Amino acid sequence: MARIVAGVGCSHVPAIGVAMDTHITDQPYWQPVFKGFEFSRKWMAEEKPDVVFLVYNDHCTAFDASVIPTFALGCAASFTPADEGWGPRPVPMVYNHQKMASHIAQSLILDEFDITIMNEMEVDHGLTVPLSVMYGDKTPEDDWGVKVIPLAVNVVQYPAPTGNRCYNLGKAIRRAVESYPEDLKVMIFGTGGMSHQLQYKRAGLINPEFDNMFLDKLTSDPVGLSKMPHVDYLREAGSEGVEMVMWHVMRGALDEDVVEVHRHYHVPASNTAVGHIILENKDYHDSRKTLAAE
Amino acid sequence: MQKDYEDIPGTFVFDADRSREGYHLNQFCISLRLQKNRDAFNADQETYLDKYPMTPEQRDAVLKRDWNRLLELGGNIYYTSKLAANDGINFQNLAGLMTGMGVEAYRDMMLAGGRSPEGNRYKSEWEDK
Ligand SMILES: [Fe+2]
Repeated sequence: MARIVAGVGCSHVPAIGVAMDTHITDQPYWQPVFKGFEFSRKWMAEEKPDVVFLVYNDHCTAFDASVIPTFALGCAASFTPADEGWGPRPVPMVYNHQKMASHIAQSLILDEFDITIMNEMEVDHGLTVPLSVMYGDKTPEDDWGVKVIPLAVNVVQYPAPTGNRCYNLGKAIRRAVESYPEDLKVMIFGTGGMSHQLQYKRAGLINPEFDNMFLDKLTSDPVGLSKMPHVDYLREAGSEGVEMVMWHVMRGALDEDVVEVHRHYHVPASNTAVGHIILENKDYHDSRKTLAAE
Repeated sequence: MQKDYEDIPGTFVFDADRSREGYHLNQFCISLRLQKNRDAFNADQETYLDKYPMTPEQRDAVLKRDWNRLLELGGNIYYTSKLAANDGINFQNLAGLMTGMGVEAYRDMMLAGGRSPEGNRYKSEWEDK
């Protein structure tokens, strides 16, 4: 059967993509941002998942105001990086594990999560920036080296789904993955955040205490964390900080016991606090340690 | 309906009421995602705007690039940022304009760790200033 072994939480700041695309990552401004992903790239190269289930939000790119699905699952064969107003990012096409995606779609709906099925969809920086930071520089001719199942979550129009709903959706995604017969190694990414406000007179809000509390509780109290009301994100982490609800989908899909193997936190990238965490399921983590010791 | 997020200063929460008010404005903004539409808009802004039945105030704010007014009239930042991108303004410089700080002072604030939540959580905290 397929199984989820680890989760990745990761900001998806568009300027990080721009920095990679324009090759300025070693400038003093960007160097500390990317330093924190060195471990992660090695880790990805060693772990080599077959599939990444990538939870992100569209930023009024593929979805305009005419249709606003709360949860939209990418079931197309491939997803083209979109022009978001400054030309498409020069990164590879994103290929789906289409058979698994449609299995997950069916499983989720029968599990009473009435998701929207996307048979055509372009993807924006919310999806491609996490792939870039985790897999490194790629050109449009390259391959990401992994199949990607995108789940787009509405966090633009209030209300985003609750943290609790996201957490429980993660559990349902896990059930769906584990009922897929093929032996596949799957990782789940929760992206967006951390604290940031892009708009109006309070733009620039950054709250490291809140962000680090959030990162801590992903391991120590994920259920409690998932109950946090929206107004707390909006007030404490900025109006766009509410993107962090998407991390609960990732956390819900993991075991109760996880091991934090990596954390990175840096301010600023453009308007945003960059947060990144890697959580391995404890059983998986221990089994690898045993393997390494033998 | 009681809105528990209305007492956050300097912030618009883009809820259904704002979405309704800003619909045509936001649909105009997102159209600028595509190069062919950017070309048409930049060639003749007034004619291009005629396709979108927004209010005269919204239309005026678009033409004047009054970034805060756009938000006050139901615009959402992810949409209005498409208009900014058309003008060569990125998210950070747009924030510099919206906060009234100017691009450089805003960038410096971010480099120094950003805007602290202290004193910026409730509207009442801004009234004292
Ligand atoms: Fe985002």
